[in-house]
Amino acid sequence: MSLMSRSHWTLTALVLAILVSMPLLLPDFWLSGILGRSLIYGIVALSITFLASYGGFISLAQTMLAGIAGYTVAILAPTAIPASQSAVSYWLAMPLAVLAATLAGAVVGLIAIRTRDIYLLMITLALAVGFSLFAQSNIDWFNGYEGIRNVVGPELFGQPFRAHTVFYYVSLTLAALLYLMVLYVVRTPFGLVLQGIRDNPRRVAALGFDVAVHRIAAFAMAGFIAGCGGVLITFYNIGITPGSIGMTATVNVLVMSVIGGLGHPVGAFIGAVIFTLIDTFAATIYDRDRFNTLIGLVFLGIVVASPDGVLGLGKRLAGRGKRKDAGDGGTPH
Amino acid sequence: MSLQFMITVTLNGLTLAALYFIVASGFSLIFGLMRTVNMAHGSLYMIGAYVGFAVFDSLYASNATAGYAWYAGLLAGVAAAAVAGVVMQVVFLGWMQGQELRQALVTIGLSIIIADQLLAHFGGNPFQFFAPDALFGPTPVPVIGRYSTFRLFQIGLALAVGVGLWLLLNKTRLGIMVRAGVDDRQMLAACGVNVPLIAVATFALGAGLAGLGGVIGATAQPVALGVDVKFLLTSLVVVIVGGMGSIGGTAIGAILIGVAEQWGQALFPTYSVILTFAIMVAVLAVRPQGLLGRTGR
Repeated sequence: MSLMSRSHWTLTALVLAILVSMPLLLPDFWLSGILGRSLIYGIVALSITFLASYGGFISLAQTMLAGIAGYTVAILAPTAIPASQSAVSYWLAMPLAVLAATLAGAVVGLIAIRTRDIYLLMITLALAVGFSLFAQSNIDWFNGYEGIRNVVGPELFGQPFRAHTVFYYVSLTLAALLYLMVLYVVRTPFGLVLQGIRDNPRRVAALGFDVAVHRIAAFAMAGFIAGCGGVLITFYNIGITPGSIGMTATVNVLVMSVIGGLGHPVGAFIGAVIFTLIDTFAATIYDRDRFNTLIGLVFLGIVVASPDGVLGLGKRLAGRGKRKDAGDGGTPH
Repeated sequence: MSLQFMITVTLNGLTLAALYFIVASGFSLIFGLMRTVNMAHGSLYMIGAYVGFAVFDSLYASNATAGYAWYAGLLAGVAAAAVAGVVMQVVFLGWMQGQELRQALVTIGLSIIIADQLLAHFGGNPFQFFAPDALFGPTPVPVIGRYSTFRLFQIGLALAVGVGLWLLLNKTRLGIMVRAGVDDRQMLAACGVNVPLIAVATFALGAGLAGLGGVIGATAQPVALGVDVKFLLTSLVVVIVGGMGSIGGTAIGAILIGVAEQWGQALFPTYSVILTFAIMVAVLAVRPQGLLGRTGR
């Protein structure tokens, strides 16, 4: 079984080619302010969508996992302010950060192992908010409310990590690899068992699969994805604060996933782009100070009108169009 | 560590638990009947606090009305939260009954909008109610000398809310219908009961309790932005620990969390949040449905 159908591959390659050529076309602001930002938050949203789409778990702990990676890299960063006693090279700090997020993801999976649906949502939200409150009150490791600043990332090809083109291409490469990894993993036996658990955990258990281990592994993998995003987000923001992983941040990433659509991993990135565009241009659409009201209304509108997000909306519209065209082929989805 | 210190910390924990119980019992009530996880519960708390304070503030300014300003603010806060809850249930949640995740997402959207609109209308400055004369100042208490009257009143109020809810659920017709709805909504509807109406009433009651908590909480401590998140989190943890939809469980959960929080802050201030979550994780490991939660719904 192949990863995607041929038309899907063509579409993906086309989108990737367009994205790769973007630095030639777009000014720096669009490159890192809109596209780069969408990609890195989209990676965290991807970890939510992966769990939701193939495991049926809506986890609100993914921003916390990104935050754990972010804090790990910040604590170990050689340039960090306040300076840390445990500073190592960025090239060691980054894999350690992703490892920490992966392990933390497994722990979240372990804590929530006997819960499903709405209970899982509640527990993961409680964990996420609790972690941000902990980071806020802890001075020793997390430097409390201030957080850790000046985490700029390593130099790449003699350029600073945060140079617009460097940052953009790193984010794009990582996002594309993680996206393909998700599409690959769900075709492996592990991914198929995961989808079986989503549809009927009892039957999967009766077939002899260890449901608990598969769940924990899925959460660990989601933690890995979120951790990659978290490291990039920390470099993008030049540091990390408890506010950047709190309730608002958690909900924002959830909003991205839901707006895009939880039915397919690509929804995470579509939602991230829409969210970033609204976030950036809210001032011109509506009142700058009331950005949250606007994003809340958009989110509410999407959830009420189309629970499966823009992706589902597009699918339905395309389906309608296809019927009109009397089997003209139409765009694949 | 003196006995006096230990009693004071424990009393602080119990008064905090009383507030948590008032807020979380509303959350638990709504969840019990409708399986709706109301992520906007903290926002209802904020509505109670802000609207109550707007009424209180205008009355307190004049000498003639200052005497009953707090009581009027209390009523206004509870009413505003209850009305907001009814609107939420009627406009959004009622017709998507049974789609739990969608309901949770809708209430998240609402909570974003409510928090932002409250900020727009009332501004972001912290505020605090002045307790009425009858509840103001200290009360003599054996061993520790004296203790805030209002905080003792909080415990009394929580007991009254708990007993009131128990009587309502166990001794009234409405309570019988609510409990029947918890067990089997469809059968209740088949018996000719207007289940959506019961749901609206339950939502009003649960939201009103959040509003009551808002006014009480804003009298005990200043309210600032972000309390909605704090009280949503507290409600979540309390009902996860105590068991969803059980009033007794909510009480036990509130006491555990409230006392643990105060003792944690007294003994190891920067790690006290961890204690709360250690309790939650321990309960989940042993009893995923919570201490008094029922299995097999």
